[in-house]
Amino acid sequence: MKSFLGLMALLIFFEGTWLYQNKPLAQSISDGKEIYEDFCLQCHLENGQGVSGVFPPLAKSDYLLNDIDLSIKGIKYGLSGPIVVNGEPYDGVMQNQGLDEGEIADVMNYILNNWGNSYKEMITLERVAGITE
Amino acid sequence: MKKKFSPLLYLGVFYLTSCISQENPPLIETPDQSKFSTLTIVDGIDVPWGMDFISENELLVTEKKGTLYLVKNGNKTEVSGLPEIYQRGQGGLLDVALHPDFKNNKIIYFTAGSIVGEEEGGNTALYCAELNGNSLSNLKLLYKASPNTKKGQHWGSRIVFDNQGHLYFGIGDRGNRDVNPQDLKRDGGKIYRLNLDGSIPEDNPFVNEQGAKEATYSYGHRNPQGMTVHPKTGEIWENEHGPKGGDEINIIKKGNNYGWPLITYGINYSGTPITDKRSMPGMEQPFYYWVPSIAPSGMAFSTSGVYKKWKGDLFVGSLKFKYLERLVLKKGKVVKREKILNEIGRVRNVKEGPDGYLYLGVEGKGILKVIKN
Repeated sequence: MKSFLGLMALLIFFEGTWLYQNKPLAQSISDGKEIYEDFCLQCHLENGQGVSGVFPPLAKSDYLLNDIDLSIKGIKYGLSGPIVVNGEPYDGVMQNQGLDEGEIADVMNYILNNWGNSYKEMITLERVAGITE
Repeated sequence: MKKKFSPLLYLGVFYLTSCISQENPPLIETPDQSKFSTLTIVDGIDVPWGMDFISENELLVTEKKGTLYLVKNGNKTEVSGLPEIYQRGQGGLLDVALHPDFKNNKIIYFTAGSIVGEEEGGNTALYCAELNGNSLSNLKLLYKASPNTKKGQHWGSRIVFDNQGHLYFGIGDRGNRDVNPQDLKRDGGKIYRLNLDGSIPEDNPFVNEQGAKEATYSYGHRNPQGMTVHPKTGEIWENEHGPKGGDEINIIKKGNNYGWPLITYGINYSGTPITDKRSMPGMEQPFYYWVPSIAPSGMAFSTSGVYKKWKGDLFVGSLKFKYLERLVLKKGKVVKREKILNEIGRVRNVKEGPDGYLYLGVEGKGILKVIKN
């Protein structure tokens, strides 16, 4: 019993710190929407559809969904050069937008849960922080 | 039956196509592209935002993420001594321009995102410094827009000079269109005019208005990213990003209100309207507006005559459609538009060099010289 309570306390403690650093998914998605509209929408457009051949789509994008960490890296450090998205080639420049790690997590949660995209996990600040250039 | 039906069908098709192509005339033409080519002057610059020429073979180029390059005969060297550059959204290291008397005083000006100030975030700043070799000294902050904001949009900014000892630069609405551009007491959505030492000219239009930002020369702008001086009239010409279908060319005059966001030809990028008003008393009409938007950046007149038939024409970069636009002007109107170097890449900047050729800053590439075969 004692060890069970101890375990519970430990769990609550970890859950607490996790919640402290990472807001609930719904909040992250709604904050991410604001970031998206401010920094991403003008190229990737309002439904993540992009512009064929110029700005790759984010909606149902294989490039995004097949390797989420690669997209996080792109937002964090910038992305340039040829890539293929949903069978179509792109060769542009996306600069690092100067977003902090929390903002990147938020915008990823928004992108991954909209326009037909769904992703079982929440993108956390730790995951963004762990991705290096 | 067949005969009766076909006129109706034609009418239907006509109606449909006229709905689809609501391009503001003159319609863009695409001439034979084999007539144009480029020569790479320097490569390996992701976003070559600004440039200015020291001589035919020597120029300064800004990289948006915060690097200033001195390019000599195609080789780039990083210039040291920049202040801290705040890179966020569309902000970063923006334009660079040589002082009109650079040969003697070595002074350069540049605009950049800066965190100077109390609030979180940043806003556009104008600096000057002396360039000696590959380093800057005597750095001075001449103007800093306030308040800071974490918004990513609409920092401006180009720097030009008139022949009366003034410097002009622009700052966009900083993503706060309903607050900044029409309020003379606030920065953003303005073209500013300063003396070359950064002081405010006594005859600036709003110096006697209480609480006004005295550096303001004109207002009601959204996001000016192209500016040049007309080679004959000396007028300041500007282009700015509008909303969807509202990009503009304006001729900047003292004290004018260019109307954003109370009047515009554009709509929100989401498709919703901003206003149904395209004109209002006391507000200027654009010299030209682009529908669809081309996302204009950079602006230069071709004055030299090195290109056959281009003398006097206006050139503007298109970020969105990845070409250089040539606009032929006649009697105060745009009479012809052409795509030059179609699909070259996102054209961020265009300038006429001392040799009379046009030079482009192209994203993902660098600086390219425009050749006409």
